[in-house]
Amino acid sequence: MKKLESTLGNMVIVLTLVSLVAAGLLAVMNEVTSEPIRLQAEQKEANGIKKVLVIGADEQVTVAPAETKKVGEQEFIIYKVSGADGKELGAAVKTSVQGFSPNLTVMVGFDSKGTIKGYEILSQAETPGLGANVPTWFQEGGKGNVIGMNPGKDKVSVKKDGGDVEAITASTITSRAFLKAINLEYNALFGNGNAHGTTGATSTHGSTGATQTR
Amino acid sequence: MDKLTIAPSPHVHGHDSVKRNMYGVLIALVPALAASLWFFGLGALKVILISVISCVLFEFLIQKFLFKTKPTISDGSAAVTGLILAFNLPSELDWWIVVVGALFAIGVCKMTFGGLGQNIVNPAIAGRVFLLVSFPAQMTTWPAPAGVDGYTGATPLGLLKAGAISQLPSSSDLLMGSVGGSLGEVSAIALLIGLVILLAMRVITWHIPVSIIATMALFAAFFHYGICEIHYADPLFHILTGGALLGAIFMATDYVTSPMTKNGMLIYGFGIGLITMLIRCFGAYPEGMSFAILIMNIVTPLINKYTRPNRFGVK
Amino acid sequence: MSKLSIMMNGIIKENPIFVLLLGMCPTLGTTTSAINGLGMGLATTFVLLCSNTVISSLKRVIPDMVRIPSFIVIIATFVTVLQMLLQAYVPSLYESLGLFIPLIVVNCIVLGRAEAFAAKNSPLNSLFDGLGMGLGFTLALTLLGSVREILGSGKIFGLTLWSEEYGCLAFVLAPGAFLALGYLIAIINKMKTK
Repeated sequence: MKKLESTLGNMVIVLTLVSLVAAGLLAVMNEVTSEPIRLQAEQKEANGIKKVLVIGADEQVTVAPAETKKVGEQEFIIYKVSGADGKELGAAVKTSVQGFSPNLTVMVGFDSKGTIKGYEILSQAETPGLGANVPTWFQEGGKGNVIGMNPGKDKVSVKKDGGDVEAITASTITSRAFLKAINLEYNALFGNGNAHGTTGATSTHGSTGATQTR
Repeated sequence: MDKLTIAPSPHVHGHDSVKRNMYGVLIALVPALAASLWFFGLGALKVILISVISCVLFEFLIQKFLFKTKPTISDGSAAVTGLILAFNLPSELDWWIVVVGALFAIGVCKMTFGGLGQNIVNPAIAGRVFLLVSFPAQMTTWPAPAGVDGYTGATPLGLLKAGAISQLPSSSDLLMGSVGGSLGEVSAIALLIGLVILLAMRVITWHIPVSIIATMALFAAFFHYGICEIHYADPLFHILTGGALLGAIFMATDYVTSPMTKNGMLIYGFGIGLITMLIRCFGAYPEGMSFAILIMNIVTPLINKYTRPNRFGVK
Repeated sequence: MSKLSIMMNGIIKENPIFVLLLGMCPTLGTTTSAINGLGMGLATTFVLLCSNTVISSLKRVIPDMVRIPSFIVIIATFVTVLQMLLQAYVPSLYESLGLFIPLIVVNCIVLGRAEAFAAKNSPLNSLFDGLGMGLGFTLALTLLGSVREILGSGKIFGLTLWSEEYGCLAFVLAPGAFLALGYLIAIINKMKTK
């Protein structure tokens, strides 16, 4: 079979056919994978919420629809969680602050009294070896343990600023940013100490409502 | 086998050799060495000995077993590298980190390129930067010098970066060296004595150190007096802190990695001063001397190319 | 040329990383650990295999003047398919490779083999060439990833060899990638000349 000549007609036909077949294949693949991808994302979020509130992965809880709250420029996403019996377990709050690099996204779980149950760093670009230790440094057993503290009662700031938390070695900026995120989230959740700006409108969004059952 | 040897000119020998220059540098480093022992005691001695011994040992082993040539450690260049590397480290640093730094300096930055005279960047600085990137926590933990209490964990430049202007040490402390920092960088006086020795022995010329310091002073003066007195420190502070003097006198003047012509040296010094100040004032790290020297080391061949003097008789 | 020799050509004699020095961007970017290197290598192998075979079968019906756009569309399709599959079924690998998966589209090895081999040889031979090149790429990335993981964090495939405290962080960062790759190429060249 001879190779097709590069005439305008041939070129248009071949390119169109190749593109159509490619588009068709992609449409089919999208149909097949969109459901698993959505489930993955939902599950990841649910697991993150459960993790920061120290709830077993197979425990049955109700996560209220995500609330977006704006305090000044700062945006918070709040997930209120209650147990199977309807008792309030606490809330997970997510926000981003400027660390050493932009976008240090922190999710913190508070119980109903405001005590820190756990935290997770959802995204960060801190310096490896220094600020990048933030996901482990402030956990229980780490040097700068914040678990069990209550921003309403304890001084959740680094020792250099007169607080009770040991900063990451040689990474005061990251430590300050992380602790600032915790304090802001506490204020956003409990509404007191509006020193960081006025409380904006509260709206609901997202589809993470419904009962998470596993 | 009597043969008539006909060597090309020049026939008059100036008695200048690698050995003489390297030992000149070693002598000039003695005041700074004494100052570091005075302020940091045994912790400094430990770091210096480990660094020098491992640099010399690595050079010997690589030449003997990898290159299979006669080792040339007696020319003193490996010892100088080891000493300058140690001067760039905090005292009490874990011994194995010092050994890793020596291996990187000698093995990767010097021997990989073919040994003395072939390296494109200063081995001691490259070793230091490698350690800074690899072990940031250990490399930025500065034990306080003797006689200063309750003062650990920050160099004057670190304090400046963190915005703690009121805690900055006085100029006299900076001049003598009772501040936190790397072994060899704290005492400005000791380093200046070293400069005098180097100039007197004609190991180096004034061009590189003076152009670096002048550039830094002008830059600092412009920002301090012209823009904001509180946010930017004064020129004297910038010159006396961090690795400015150590770098300008001992590290930037390394023969192999600095330009050959006088004009080239001035351009090179200007570049180092400018990059250092840019990193100090606007960068993420508090100190930028090492990075500035490394960058200008790489630019050196280009500077040499464009500042080459015309041959006699050629237009 | 036997099928085996076509395949071995890609793995050893014309190894895309150590000999041809193609596809440096994902090589330096994704090899922070052995498992990432392996994952990236296998992902690229999948794309190479599919694109080489399809392009070789279509080589007679694609006019010369539009061959590059056609090749790119075909390659991009397979990369997107791969991306969706990884995101749906291996999310952890998808997250750690991140941006580098869509970037397989512009990997020089893929387009290079399409031009240099698939456009001139039979589909079956092209399949083996894609397999060999892909495996050579995988081998190199896994090797580089292992070296960087051992030196940088004291681990190999996530198994701890010694405390992470003793790892040279530089090897996890970009400069370590260049250093490790340079020394690996030097060692391989030395072994070859013996």
